[in-house]
Amino acid sequence: MGTHVIKMPDIGEGIAEVELSVWHVKVGDMVVEDQVLADVMTDKAMVDIPSPVHGKVIALGGEPGEVMAVGSVLISIEVEGAGNTREVPVVAEPATAAPAPMPASQPAPMLESQPARKPSVAPQAPVARDANERPLASPAVRKHALDAGIPLRLVQGSGPAGRILHEDLDVYLLQRPAQKATAANPYAERNDEEQIPVIGMRRKIAQRMQDATRRAAHFSYVEEIDVTALDELRVHLNEKHGATRGKLTLLPFIVRAMVVALRDFPQINARYDDEAQVITRLGAVHVGVATQSDVGLMVPVVRHAEARSLWGNAEEIARLATAARNGKASRDELSGSTITLTSLGALGGIVSTPVLNLPEVAIVGVNRIVERPMVIKGQIVIRKMMNLSSSFDHRVVDGMDAAQFIQAIRGLLEQPASLFLE
Amino acid sequence: MTQTLHTTLLIIGGGPGGYVAAIRAGQLGIPTILVEGQALGGTCLNIGCIPSKALIHVAEQFQQSVHHSQGSPLGIEVDVPTLDIRKSVEWKDGIVDRLTTGVAALLKKHKVQVIHGWAKVVDGKTVDVGDQRIQCEHLLLATGSKSVNLPMLPIGGPIISSTEALAPTRVPKRLIVVGGGYIGLELGIAYRKLGAEVSVVEAQERILPAYDAELTQPVAESLKQLGVKLYLKHSVTGFEHNRLQVRDPKGDTVSLETDQVLVAVGRTPNTQGWNLEALNLDMHGAAVKIDHRCQTSMRNVWAIGDLSGEPMLAHRAMAQGEMVAELISGQHREFNPAAIPAVCFTDPELVVVGKTPDEAKAAGLDCIVSSFPFAANGRAMTLESKTGFVRVVARRDNHLIVGWQAVGVGVSELSTAFGLSLEMGARLEDVAGTIHAHPTLGEAVQEAALRALGHPLHL
Repeated sequence: MGTHVIKMPDIGEGIAEVELSVWHVKVGDMVVEDQVLADVMTDKAMVDIPSPVHGKVIALGGEPGEVMAVGSVLISIEVEGAGNTREVPVVAEPATAAPAPMPASQPAPMLESQPARKPSVAPQAPVARDANERPLASPAVRKHALDAGIPLRLVQGSGPAGRILHEDLDVYLLQRPAQKATAANPYAERNDEEQIPVIGMRRKIAQRMQDATRRAAHFSYVEEIDVTALDELRVHLNEKHGATRGKLTLLPFIVRAMVVALRDFPQINARYDDEAQVITRLGAVHVGVATQSDVGLMVPVVRHAEARSLWGNAEEIARLATAARNGKASRDELSGSTITLTSLGALGGIVSTPVLNLPEVAIVGVNRIVERPMVIKGQIVIRKMMNLSSSFDHRVVDGMDAAQFIQAIRGLLEQPASLFLE
Repeated sequence: MTQTLHTTLLIIGGGPGGYVAAIRAGQLGIPTILVEGQALGGTCLNIGCIPSKALIHVAEQFQQSVHHSQGSPLGIEVDVPTLDIRKSVEWKDGIVDRLTTGVAALLKKHKVQVIHGWAKVVDGKTVDVGDQRIQCEHLLLATGSKSVNLPMLPIGGPIISSTEALAPTRVPKRLIVVGGGYIGLELGIAYRKLGAEVSVVEAQERILPAYDAELTQPVAESLKQLGVKLYLKHSVTGFEHNRLQVRDPKGDTVSLETDQVLVAVGRTPNTQGWNLEALNLDMHGAAVKIDHRCQTSMRNVWAIGDLSGEPMLAHRAMAQGEMVAELISGQHREFNPAAIPAVCFTDPELVVVGKTPDEAKAAGLDCIVSSFPFAANGRAMTLESKTGFVRVVARRDNHLIVGWQAVGVGVSELSTAFGLSLEMGARLEDVAGTIHAHPTLGEAVQEAALRALGHPLHL
């Protein structure tokens, strides 16, 4: 038996520290080659760390949320034959120690009354069973557990040979915090609290939002746009080409309008390095598209939107949104934008105040489309109206420029043919 | 093309898996269409479990009569009996008819629409049956399995599969069964009892190679008494002019004269001829790969029963079908039985539930293995049955029972007790402390548990 030590790998060039997000294994687990051990995070990309070996986890090098140096010990695995280390590495007492395996005839230890170490991150398993050990329970108990969403693996069995009884499920449900409590009486007074550690993606988002609002001088500008003609064009194109080229949403049209408008407003397609006091104006329009994923807000980037057709942008937006939602977006796909587009779709509201995605200087927010009575040439007509709520960094973008930029976009969107005239 | 039908659940295959899924789906109010190209009930009801048990019963009754005509110790005297096999087959067909009609009635009662015809998969939500297009939200594949054919023994004329063997027009004088697994032996023994001279050719070194030698020994002994010739470690090379060519263990070719050859070398998932390829599903060998919820690699496409591989047993397919219907209705379910019983209706019968001693050992369990012989069971004696035993496998540390096996006359019915004890997580003490009715074969179950605890009463 030897010990194979896996160190925190260098995931992106020039990164010295990596945040450990999630452990997928615990001490005592058997792991196989290529099994994912942990997720770590750099910048905004989540990276899986797979196991290069078969073996048993003997120590974890850190807790979720911890920022670890590249090259520090991530995990130690006991392997057949010699490992990759001579001496047993000194590691801290693992955070989620599983009780040593013991004969099933003895009651497994109850871990309910754990002394508070510090805000614990990983859920404490009341009972640890090997992954391949089958919890002993009758079919009726198994069914009850499935219906109640109880993982039997975690339930203490009080019956003979550790058999899980209906009573054990009741005990487990009582101990499970707060989940069932409200079901009984919807007007019951609630005093439960839940502490959620701000780690990983959430911490990253929090830092960036805080940073942006602290550093940039935000000002927002809202304009309403008549998208009746644009939406007709969109519907027409979908009817004609939807089957072959894919469906268009409004977003690729807005991206196109931004691309065209930015030709006259290079100061808005820019990155402002406030430490070096340099503004970099870019020819390329890399549009960040704000996307909600399970782990939080992500901004995948449509590269060179200026060089893509309407359908090219549509396809890229869809591809990136899917990748971001599935956590598959690469680091490159999540960085390097020059301007950001944010849309809440049907939840768009009438006005929003978007926060800049620094070091960019502009973000365009899309609000909901509503049919409203408008007065045109003395007549009341029903038009499809949509607001654009945009924010700019007033340190480097003047109000006049910002307003003219949005007016240019409005002109393009209200006369959609002009989007495509060169 | 006629108008497209729309449904929530579309089931391809009306065998035990498919029809049970349909009934359960109907109970849960899921709009369901079931497509079947042949008769409802599938292999099991039409050309498998049920007709073979009927034929085995005929054979057993006939042999008993022959036995009595030769001066039985029971004092029953009868003339030499004769057999009208066509009537036997009619009787068997009557049972099959009643059951398949029953299935049709149950489906109707639960408002399942049955479409007769061969399904052709278009995509994961579309199936054509002739010129009828059906669109569904969930597609359940339950097409079952078919007999494996040997290239040198194409079915036809004197070479038959189990399907033909279950509908004989006459009993052949000589029959060679190729394959010493449960299908070959069940039918081989039945034909022997019906009067044929039966030989069994098996490539491995013993019959029922899936089970251990201790368990199959009483069956081997019974074959010897019945006069069934065994050609073990022999492999078939060809068939010509009523002579089956086999290669013996030394490599010499032996020629065996016969009137019929029954090919029973196993079954394979039925994946051909209905455009399964269109779905491009992940496979597990010849079977469609499924997870513990019977989900295939395509969302909302499910597979159950023989199509999803071993163990190819009707009761597994039924349990899976029931589960899939419940999953589709939004319930939380997993296919996680403690054990799936397997029964061979040979003479004597053989039943295996849970882990065998070898399997327990392979799983790293330290186990007590204990058996109780039917020779010491009063009820067995009154059934003129003395061979066989009940065997229990239990963990040494906590006496949790992990497996049961039995061989003997009528032990198939013990599978119920075995399965229940495993699912309930019984320990040896639970079975030993349960009063078992006297006189029954079941007492041997209790005694096996008592013996494992070191204090059998009747041994």
